[in-house]
Amino acid sequence: MSLVFKNIIRFIFIMFIQVFVLSKIPPLHQFVVPYFYFVFILWLPFNTGRVALLFISFAVGMVADMFFKTPGLHAAACVLIAYVRPFLINLLLPKEATDWGNEEPSKKTLGAVPYGTYLVILTLLHHFFLILLEWMQFGSFLYFIGKLVATSLVSLLLIAIADLFLNRKSKLR
Amino acid sequence: MRNVFLFLKRYSIFILFLVLQGLALSMLFSYNRFHQTTYGMFSSEVAGRVNKRVNNVESFFTLSEQNQALRKQNATLLSYLPSGAVIPGSAFQLVSDTVAVDSLKTYRQYQYFDAKIISNSVFLQQNIIVLHRGSAQGIVPNMAVVGTDGLIGTVISVSKNMSIVMSLLHRQSKVIAVLKKGSGLGEVSWDGKDPRYLLLSKIPTTIVAKKGDMVVSSPYSDKFPPGIPIGYVEKIDQDQETNTYKLKIRTAVDFYAVQHAYIVKNLLQEEMDQLKSTLNKE
Repeated sequence: MSLVFKNIIRFIFIMFIQVFVLSKIPPLHQFVVPYFYFVFILWLPFNTGRVALLFISFAVGMVADMFFKTPGLHAAACVLIAYVRPFLINLLLPKEATDWGNEEPSKKTLGAVPYGTYLVILTLLHHFFLILLEWMQFGSFLYFIGKLVATSLVSLLLIAIADLFLNRKSKLR
Repeated sequence: MRNVFLFLKRYSIFILFLVLQGLALSMLFSYNRFHQTTYGMFSSEVAGRVNKRVNNVESFFTLSEQNQALRKQNATLLSYLPSGAVIPGSAFQLVSDTVAVDSLKTYRQYQYFDAKIISNSVFLQQNIIVLHRGSAQGIVPNMAVVGTDGLIGTVISVSKNMSIVMSLLHRQSKVIAVLKKGSGLGEVSWDGKDPRYLLLSKIPTTIVAKKGDMVVSSPYSDKFPPGIPIGYVEKIDQDQETNTYKLKIRTAVDFYAVQHAYIVKNLLQEEMDQLKSTLNKE
């Protein structure tokens, strides 16, 4: 299966889960919002060009915005994590990123601890920006901090579950 | 000049990042002021089409509940028929939706369009409902939306076949409401905490409020028909500083399960707007 085709299928699948499963779950609390769609950007292959990465993330954010009916909100957060992602991978990956070719960030390729750090930092960054923009429109500081912590924990839990269930083993050459 | 190109080349990715970020943020911040953006129209058409497909499957599972709600409403409507007037149903309140101009003729003030809800959310802070009816069917922004059980929200944006409704569960939603017993003008808003409860404020404490009292839309609103249920008083608190109530009210509409809605057109809206605009000119 070609890499592009695989990622398109994955994108549709992740968006479907986000919009028609996670968004339909009755909320536990005001602070708990299950965001999952941005994991698509985290799972893009290492050799995605930086320009392409920015454009893809913008598109992903806009599609999410279409369903959440908030033009630009999710796109802005996605573009931010797309910009930071290559720096973070360079820090966490001992080798040159291009050596890995079509591999994508996972527990296997990065190692458990760096992969965990990678997820936590990008998830926090995404939610920080998203909730900051929301906070500028309404809410208090407690709302901002509470939602940031609770939503990040839920997102990380969802990504951990997805990592357990989805078989993302890419063949090592 | 050469340095400029070098600079652009070196920071091209950062510049691209800033451009995309600026594009997204400008869209976000212009949205609240101008709902009728091209993006809004495009996105509600595209996302609406996908939502409709999924909704077709979903609505199948709640058929029996929807049937029941519609049957209940049918019963209410039947009781308004002249033939049913012999024994007036005491449980139902008569809504005057006609404006008498002379004693022989009556004019209809509100026209109801039925619409199917194709997308709904309760878990966000700015919850929005998408209806499968748009400008092609005569919907314009600022029309009221009511469900079978009570008030749902206001149309804020329309495309050709879809319209976007700001539901009562939206942080920026404000609806003028009265207590059915004892009236008293207040404002219904949402604190974003629990989608089952709304807040009613600004009602003076001189009016007696009891638990279970019905909150209805006010007769002074120019878009909502009077007497549409909004909720029932659940908890009574007093604001000591302003001597007003802070009432927690349970929504009349079950926002988790709502499937059908009626869009209400005020046929006198144009005349009213015209009258108001003359006031501003003077």
